[in-house]
Amino acid sequence: MSLQVSDLRVYYRSLAGDVQALDGATFSIADKEIMGLAGESGCGKSTLGNSLIRLDGRMKYVAGSVTLDGNKLPIWDQRGMNEFRFRDVSVIPQYAMSAMNPTRKIGKMTGELLESRGESYQDIKPELLRRLDLVGLQQDVLNRYPIELSGGMKQRMVMVISTLLNPSLLIADEITSALDVSTQRAVAETLVSFRDHGFVKSMMVITHDLSILYQTADSILVMYAGKLAEKAPTATIIDKPRHPYTKMLISSLPEVGIRYANKKLAGIPGSPPALLNPPAGCRFRARCPLAFDKCVEEPPFIQIAPDHSVACWKVTGSDA
Amino acid sequence: MTALVNTEPKLESPVGAPSAVATVAPARKGRGEFLYFALRSKKFLLAMGILLVLIAIAVLGPMIDGTDPVATDLLPMQPPSTDPGYWLGTTSFGEDVFAQFANGLRATFFVGLLGGGLAALIGMAVGFTAGYRGGWTDEILNMLTNVVLVIPSLAVLIVISSYLKARGVLFEAVFIGATSWPWAARAIRAQTFSLRSRDFIDLAKLSGRKGWRIIVEEIAPNMSSYLFMTFILLFGGAILIAASLDFIGLGPTGGMSLGLMMFNAVTYGAALLLGYWWWFIPPGLGIMATVGALYVMNVGLDEIFNPKLRDI
Amino acid sequence: MLSLNRVSKFYKVGTFGGKEMTAVRDVSFDVNEGEVVSLIGESGSGKTTIGKMVLKLIEISRGSIVCDGTDVAAIQGAEVKAYYRHVQGVFQDPFSSYNPIFKADRVFGMIRSEFFPGVPNSEWDAKVDAALRSVSLDPGQVLNKYPHQLSGGQLQRLLVARALLLELKILVADEIISMLDASTRIDVLNLLAELKGRGMGILFITHDLSLGNYISEKTVILRRGTVVEMGDTDKVFGNPAHPYTKVLISSVPQLHKKWADVEAEIQARGGDDAGTCLYHRFYRPTEFSGDTTDDRPAMIKVEDDHYVGCFELGQGICRV
Repeated sequence: MSLQVSDLRVYYRSLAGDVQALDGATFSIADKEIMGLAGESGCGKSTLGNSLIRLDGRMKYVAGSVTLDGNKLPIWDQRGMNEFRFRDVSVIPQYAMSAMNPTRKIGKMTGELLESRGESYQDIKPELLRRLDLVGLQQDVLNRYPIELSGGMKQRMVMVISTLLNPSLLIADEITSALDVSTQRAVAETLVSFRDHGFVKSMMVITHDLSILYQTADSILVMYAGKLAEKAPTATIIDKPRHPYTKMLISSLPEVGIRYANKKLAGIPGSPPALLNPPAGCRFRARCPLAFDKCVEEPPFIQIAPDHSVACWKVTGSDA
Repeated sequence: MTALVNTEPKLESPVGAPSAVATVAPARKGRGEFLYFALRSKKFLLAMGILLVLIAIAVLGPMIDGTDPVATDLLPMQPPSTDPGYWLGTTSFGEDVFAQFANGLRATFFVGLLGGGLAALIGMAVGFTAGYRGGWTDEILNMLTNVVLVIPSLAVLIVISSYLKARGVLFEAVFIGATSWPWAARAIRAQTFSLRSRDFIDLAKLSGRKGWRIIVEEIAPNMSSYLFMTFILLFGGAILIAASLDFIGLGPTGGMSLGLMMFNAVTYGAALLLGYWWWFIPPGLGIMATVGALYVMNVGLDEIFNPKLRDI
Repeated sequence: MLSLNRVSKFYKVGTFGGKEMTAVRDVSFDVNEGEVVSLIGESGSGKTTIGKMVLKLIEISRGSIVCDGTDVAAIQGAEVKAYYRHVQGVFQDPFSSYNPIFKADRVFGMIRSEFFPGVPNSEWDAKVDAALRSVSLDPGQVLNKYPHQLSGGQLQRLLVARALLLELKILVADEIISMLDASTRIDVLNLLAELKGRGMGILFITHDLSLGNYISEKTVILRRGTVVEMGDTDKVFGNPAHPYTKVLISSVPQLHKKWADVEAEIQARGGDDAGTCLYHRFYRPTEFSGDTTDDRPAMIKVEDDHYVGCFELGQGICRV
């Protein structure tokens, strides 16, 4: 197994107490698998993605373990993680496009990044050029400043840089959100091609857009309010979801071909609970039309079919 | 100076911070929140303390001491002692230094308040108008600002004062106000520019609101902390300029001020030569304390108003 | 009701305003009562500029916008206020639309003081109550609160309620859904559909084709400031004529069809003269003189209620 996460809990420090942003995540990603991590804002997906590579000042590691290719990742230890970052785990952060230093030429920036990891820029350059060709960028982009590139080009550049050392796990955080529809497709397809070419072993694609995941991911993990709701192969999640939240979410998404006059879609009333003092039991309880008395107890995230896990009493049966 | 507009955390923030943080942010806004943090800021409290002490001296000092600051009927050249009338000693001419100090503080505060206030008003008027309207209005006001900025105010003052027989504190304050507003106008213009394109301004226009009302009711309140701090800096700046003018003899022809004390001490009293430190050190310290306290208060306020700078 | 006629917007750029940049060129379309018109375009297409020109927040450089007989460019002073009684807008970022230091319902207070000065308190409160309920908001939950205490969805609805306080005929909705969570999006969208049912005309500006397809009767596709295709929504989506429209539709990530399949469908529908510019196939001018854009019609009829512009405006090369 490429990545194994066990009961990971990461909270945010705040003036009023700990915000339980990620409260117990257990799942695994196999080699060559692209797993989509989906959910709405505040569900903990960005926290999960970021915690696997770097905990920023506000985040607090509480419990859980992360194993990558058999090695335990010391995610609570900034220094300790240094040898894993970029080589074994790599990330394309949100807003990566605007994160490139505007006063550095791209080639120089890449060189500095590699030197800081102890790699030689000259040695890697042939491979870098090969990959630029593969993603459809011209080689002279290395001599340009970020401001001279379009959004899609910048995003592809960041993708190439992040995967230069062939990491085992690539975390892509909302990489298509800020792009136009036509560029979105190009970037998403490029991402899949990285896995196909063997540049990365497995990927975690974080997004709120389920339709992009349908096009690119092998499996989808749906999160809600800091907890895992459902994980299954893509087709299952989209066509035969079991968790009430997943079902309601999917049926609230408009698609080309669905007209209001013919089929009126319905949303999910209410809003996610505040995570400062989350309610006991199932966190979707307040908005779930199927909630019953057992739901005051937290449902475990258990397997109901090969590769298909759900956290819902209605699905797994109340005497699980 | 840091930009202070829109310090609220966004609910649906995409940058990983959970929305739960925002929903529990304290519901008390404006005054309540300000006081809460003000009373916890060491810099603010320290500065406030110093200023209150100085204000107390300025207000109560002359009443307690009672002496006329320019009356020369005390023993001259006396160092400070606990005898009434001699708390800070006397000058070469037998004047009571403490009485001069206390009265001088009053004048200093007055000039600072009036001069700084005037500069703030002009700066706001020019800055808001140029920033909100843009276009030709902006170009013209910019030119005006730049012209006033580069005028050597000292030279102008010398020329004007050669025509005036007597100069009062009011004149000094107005002069300072009329020449030190450009940087405030520039800063306010920049902030207004950035606020002007926000959606809530468009919404106000769609509600039928007129330009000046939008500036006063939508833009200015959003910058209230910034405007307040600009005023504080102008206040301090005015005091410094007044002191410098007094020290070179271009201050008010009558009355008393801290700068004037130092001027007299050095020019007429040979205090430096003769070592009458009690004559020029208190006014110097007084100016330093006032302006320093104001600047420290400015930094403290920055922390209070901008949640990102708070080190809680 | 609302009629745009060859509307253009030019900006002077460069030092001393020497060069001219075209943001919008020759855009014409109508919005009638009880109808939603989607204005679909990617970033830089000029769609927001058009919305703001309709709202008189930006001046029109050329052409005319007429609403119920009133020429929008010509009105001034009190007439503008009268115009705003019938035409209002809601914008993309709910948190930017409110002055953060005041309470959210201040927006109602502004409407009251400008448009309903003499109205007694009880009558006004009843009016606000009715408006809130008509957008499915509970007055007790949203009145007297600060913007950061409410969710994005609630804030957007509040803005719609504000617009409903007036005798609204046209609502300009500029990307109002994009910053909302997936589960609340559909509710706001359904709300717009309801308003249309009550006789309002809505200009729905978006980059998301599925939303436009769901809710609108007419669709206008915008590229780089010009209309490339427009007409009845079913016809534009079902039988796209312009290559740009085809690219857009095939790039939208869908929930039940993979990209490759959508593209194949569109290709199959193409026909053997796919690629020949329809505009120039049907339009043969007898004479060209100088700036031909002023003489030629902007679009050519493909079928009833379905128009297309020259392919040069899109990605295909115009082959006459």
